[in-house]
Amino acid sequence: MSELKTCLYDSHVALGAKMSPFAGFIMPIQYAGIVPEHLAVRQHVGMFDVSHMGEIFVEGPDAEAFVNHIFTNEIRGFEPGKVLYGMMCYPDGGTVDDLLVYREFQPGHFLLVVNAANIDKDFAWIQEQVKGFDCTVRNESPVWGQIAVQGPEAEKTVMEVLGYKEAAELGFYTFCDVLYNGKRLILSRTGYTGEDGFELYTTIENTVEIWDRLLKAGVQPCGLGCRDTLRFEAGLPLYGDELSPEISPVMAGLGMFCKYDKDFIGKEALLDQKAGNLARKLVGIEIEDKAIPRAGYPVELEDGTEVGVVTTGYHSISLDKSICFALVAKEYSALDTPLSIRIRKKVFPGKVIKKRFYQTNYKK
Amino acid sequence: MSKIIEGLKYSESHEWVKVEGNIAIIGVSDFAQKEMGDITYVDMPAVDDEVSAGEEFGALESVKASSDLISPVSGTVVEVNEALEDAPEKVNEDAFENWIIKVEMSDASELDSLLDAAGYKALIGE
Repeated sequence: MSELKTCLYDSHVALGAKMSPFAGFIMPIQYAGIVPEHLAVRQHVGMFDVSHMGEIFVEGPDAEAFVNHIFTNEIRGFEPGKVLYGMMCYPDGGTVDDLLVYREFQPGHFLLVVNAANIDKDFAWIQEQVKGFDCTVRNESPVWGQIAVQGPEAEKTVMEVLGYKEAAELGFYTFCDVLYNGKRLILSRTGYTGEDGFELYTTIENTVEIWDRLLKAGVQPCGLGCRDTLRFEAGLPLYGDELSPEISPVMAGLGMFCKYDKDFIGKEALLDQKAGNLARKLVGIEIEDKAIPRAGYPVELEDGTEVGVVTTGYHSISLDKSICFALVAKEYSALDTPLSIRIRKKVFPGKVIKKRFYQTNYKK
Repeated sequence: MSKIIEGLKYSESHEWVKVEGNIAIIGVSDFAQKEMGDITYVDMPAVDDEVSAGEEFGALESVKASSDLISPVSGTVVEVNEALEDAPEKVNEDAFENWIIKVEMSDASELDSLLDAAGYKALIGE
């Protein structure tokens, strides 16, 4: 199968980006290098082409009830202009996807932003569940572009380069609708880096034009390489690594995004896991060496018994520590539990630490 | 354009070998360090470890990827470049100056199956 290209493909190639397949798309992994791009976002501002993400619209009289039925978080009582993070689960608690739900300003209108790799799967899943609800479901992913502008200077950038004074008013996890060249642009104060920032959803034509304006203004283009190091340091999961049909939100430590005073698909299974009936939990582990614990490496006890597996790991750029997420047997998931990682032929001792490795800097 | 030094032997997995008597000094090529990008860690064996031709003896790590180091010869490790433990970036600075291990060879005829500079240049296609 040949990969899809986002609307910014030509720009990435012209910039000399290292391109690689990801989630069915050919995407930029890095331009200047993972480290300088990572630091640009932590210290100044960087931008990402995230046009591969999926946009699914749910509209109709039953839209709220329907979204609340498939979504683990509680959307009743959450106002227009707000964004909510959560998951869709299978009846057994396994994760279909993690996503953002936008409550639009028109009553009964919701936007679901889903992972690129899962667009078709999610859309099919949502269509299956919608029977009996009075609402429509539309996958508009191919006609929306998306740019994430992230970092402490993101607000200044969006205001000064693009002229959106509205940016200053937006709180974290809220959005507003503005116009760009007469077309809709969703200006959303969200991101996947642990820094303040915005995600701009608009037409393909607008996306290309905005990307070029930001480039000319000196904003560092950033690839998926540092998107992963940034989200990892901030303790954010990546579907496929820390969430999957086998890894539920409760196992991944995302129980705070599941609300049990309502009904939703997977609730019974998640409640059961929450009560302690689960085999594995996601933890953070730090090892005392510069060796890098990478996905798939075994997690061991001192006596060599294998008790888990690394899901993502790096020598953290911002923290200068070798840290990872790992799925481990529940009894070894408490903070400070000594756990070792086997890296090739050597075993490196470490311990369980908090998963939010990096102190995030979100706008309140 | 990657630097290639005449008179060294090269493996298809991008290690170089400099022979001094019965000792093989082993490092990675300039081409390999460029492909890896910023090297953040060099995983090395211990002195007295046995290595075998064609088998892994360590690894280079960058932020995103790790790449196995494959021994071009068999023998016993007699020295490791400890300077790389604290300064792995030296491999990026000069991949030929900053060797990784020295091996006392058990079968010097293994050198015959390695590439010379011209053969290696052809391999990397530069």
